[in-house]
Amino acid sequence: MSEGIKKVRQQPSQNEDLLFEISSPGKAGYQLPPLDVPSVDPRAALGAGNTRDAIDDFPEVSEVDVIRHFTRLSTWNYAIDLGLYPLGSCTMKYNPRINEAAARVEGMAWPHPYQPDSLSQGAMEVMAELERCLNAITGMDAVTLQPAAGAHGEFAGILLIRAYLESKGNPRKKILIPDSAHGTNPATAHMAGYQVENIASNSRGMVDTEILMKAVDDDVAALMVTNPNTLGVFEEHIADVAKILHDKGALLYMDGANMNALVGVSRPGDFGVDVMHLNLHKTFSTPHGGGGPGSGPVAVKKILEPFLPAPRLKRVGDKWEWNYNLPDAVGRVRAFYGNFGVLVRALAYIMAHGGDGLKRATLDAVLNANYLRKRLEKHYQIAYNEPSMHECVFSDDIQKKLGADTGNIAKRLIDYGFHPYTVSFPLIVHGALMIEPTETESKRELDLFADALISIAEEIEENVEFVKQSPHSTRTSKVDEVGAARKPVVRWKR
Amino acid sequence: MLDTIGVSSLEDLVAHLPAAVRYNDRLPIPDGKSEYEILDYFRKLGETNAGLQASFLGAGVYRHYRPVMVDTIVSRGEFLTSYTPYQAEMAQGTLTAIFEFQSMICQLTGMDVANASMYDASTAVPEAAMMAMRATGRSSVLVARNVHPEYREVLGTYAKFQGMPVQEFAFDAESGQANFDDLATKLTSDTAAVILQSPNFFGIVEDVKQAAALAHEKGALLVVIFSEAVAMGIVAPPRDADIVAGELQSFAIAPSYGGPFAGIIACKEKLIRQIPGRLVGETKDKDGRRAFCLTLATREQHIRREKATSNICTNQALIALMATVFMSVYGKEGLRELATQNLSKAQYLGAKLKHRFSGPFFNEFVADVGAKDVAEMNRALEAKKIIGGLPLGRFYPELKNGVLLCCTEMTRREDMDVVAEVMA
Ligand SMILES: Cc1ncc(COP(=O)(O)O)c(C=O)c1O
Repeated sequence: MSEGIKKVRQQPSQNEDLLFEISSPGKAGYQLPPLDVPSVDPRAALGAGNTRDAIDDFPEVSEVDVIRHFTRLSTWNYAIDLGLYPLGSCTMKYNPRINEAAARVEGMAWPHPYQPDSLSQGAMEVMAELERCLNAITGMDAVTLQPAAGAHGEFAGILLIRAYLESKGNPRKKILIPDSAHGTNPATAHMAGYQVENIASNSRGMVDTEILMKAVDDDVAALMVTNPNTLGVFEEHIADVAKILHDKGALLYMDGANMNALVGVSRPGDFGVDVMHLNLHKTFSTPHGGGGPGSGPVAVKKILEPFLPAPRLKRVGDKWEWNYNLPDAVGRVRAFYGNFGVLVRALAYIMAHGGDGLKRATLDAVLNANYLRKRLEKHYQIAYNEPSMHECVFSDDIQKKLGADTGNIAKRLIDYGFHPYTVSFPLIVHGALMIEPTETESKRELDLFADALISIAEEIEENVEFVKQSPHSTRTSKVDEVGAARKPVVRWKR
Repeated sequence: MLDTIGVSSLEDLVAHLPAAVRYNDRLPIPDGKSEYEILDYFRKLGETNAGLQASFLGAGVYRHYRPVMVDTIVSRGEFLTSYTPYQAEMAQGTLTAIFEFQSMICQLTGMDVANASMYDASTAVPEAAMMAMRATGRSSVLVARNVHPEYREVLGTYAKFQGMPVQEFAFDAESGQANFDDLATKLTSDTAAVILQSPNFFGIVEDVKQAAALAHEKGALLVVIFSEAVAMGIVAPPRDADIVAGELQSFAIAPSYGGPFAGIIACKEKLIRQIPGRLVGETKDKDGRRAFCLTLATREQHIRREKATSNICTNQALIALMATVFMSVYGKEGLRELATQNLSKAQYLGAKLKHRFSGPFFNEFVADVGAKDVAEMNRALEAKKIIGGLPLGRFYPELKNGVLLCCTEMTRREDMDVVAEVMA
């Protein structure tokens, strides 16, 4: 191993077969109490044609098999709990465990969504309080907590825009999307029945107001903008952008994936945003869990409030009620009220920080990103020379000339004990390295990470082939993704 | 750090923001609180919610015992605090578990392919309908009126902007099962999908084979929905469906006032390129060892943008892991025994009450209370610390006298006796 590798040592990890391969007939890990009613024969109750025999090849393992199996698998993962996880745009901050404890309180974990409102007041209060906090943070007027993730929030948000425009007589045809946008933005616009028109960013990586002015006509429903954008740059002319849209009767949608750069510092409601979503699993510290669950609340200005999906919380006397009587509401985007367990976690995070603590977290996130930028700038090409907010984006220009690209650098970072940054996104940067450290990293961890990237830059100068063959130290060496897609095997078979 | 950057204060870092967009007040959120105060807040509020007291509510959210193993595993930081497994070499744990999940969902449903999860069943339903639209090149959808009302509502929301007309077909007033005569008259050469739930919203098992025959005869696909996954321990899998969309909340996922849950979409092999969401596939590493990675990403938004099969990105991975651990703990024998217990309990209570429908039911059924006042009955039960069933008038005006009651392995005989006494 290279001397530059400080954070990890190569260590043996245990092998483990698939559950189906460790199964053996008759093994079981479950317990059920004895039935307190007569046992019924399924064939008699349901009809023989409606029942099944044993499920072929379903696992048969003991309790000890189960815990060893999943524990062994877990050791093959990287995690925030193991160190800095600098995925740009993903906001991989520490997930406080108090959030988990709060969500598992019996009165939070077990309420049924259809139990009477009178027996759900605590759950409704949690949602109301979170709505209040999110309004305060965004400077918007009303919030729905129904969407299950960011992309789902985008969908709800665009439907609100459509409903609003329809109420004015014309839903319009197009959504404008900057070329730096995340893939969910165009996919969402399409799902909501709009055509997508891409807007080229200017030489500073921002929305070009000249181009925008030309693009906005009576067919344009909205612009979907991310601010700070996916380069980590604050859209300097955002207020003008809003005005250009509003003058033509179009609305401004903000993808709030990067709110970690703004909380307590700037409010979208104050710079012309009409509707936005938040990712509670980014900004508000709820865990990613290997890909979800998330929560994507949508916040709107007054003009859009009548269209928010039903049901909405309503205060009647000293009680909360669910109000379904909302004639202008766009339809439901999800059953029940949203990912409530995630909402509990987000509120716990907000309470732990308080208003001043939230702002401090923002400033620390910006500090950490700028510190990394400064340390790396001499070794990697910054993509756009604009002030960074909570993340910084480099290109692989320097390393590319020596034969290594952002993907190679990412894989080599794994050998140094770090999860890679976001690779090759945003698309407007050739060979992007998108780095978001978040506020929860210490200087020590940031330095280890910067040292690792600098060491890799040097390795590329000395032995580029070695870097291109990485990772070298993982249990699983470079994975053949092309082979996987050629002939997909997506389930185990005997 | 400030010196390295070359600024003198934290505020300097955001000084470049235009003054007009700066927020200069203090956020109106109370000062930060300690762990103890936060837990206390949620405990106190929690006490005002009904939690684990006896309840006969089901209707898409079921109260099943959660084996301790489930939280033990999902609390491991390596699962809890990792991101989507894009970097396969350092995410083999998550990838392997998802591969096992996909495999078990195929075994349960009789399908060939299952994705890594959807948000929940209600959003999986429109995604399944859109899959059928793409696969058939047709545009309209028929959905049974005894599919969960909120799933139908969500389907309506998505369909409106897809140019996808959705029409409902009736259920049989006698059996509570889908009315296939009505279905047959509504099927056209433009029908992309027939959507059926089994067990349906009334807890009744449907004839999937016959629905498939009808749909296929007209060139439409059959989409089968489920909301009570435990039924699959004894109810025949919907093998004749083309697409199965469902909810795994029953697999050790707490009701949590309605979420987070985990939906799935599974399908026949021929539809694999139409499936939304993430898929894990088997492959090899450079040294020839078995490895797993995300695959067929060209269906997804981060590659395909507006031409993607869906906009879904974040899914419900950790919740799907809960379900995976649950399925491992119960296994082949356990799931069967669990399902039999559910069936037996529902039969016990069912035998004491008048039924609205005659179809075979799993762990839920509709009781007919006749002229009695449902709300009053539920208040009487509430006084005895029991949450009664769901009055159906809210979703079906014609079923004003109907109450949907659910029994699971957690329902106690003495509580069922009380319900029978109050409702009989
Ligand atoms: C800028 C941006 N927009 C939208 C999304 C989608 O959010 P989600 O994954 O919660 O659906 C992401 C997530 O990575 C993102 O980075």
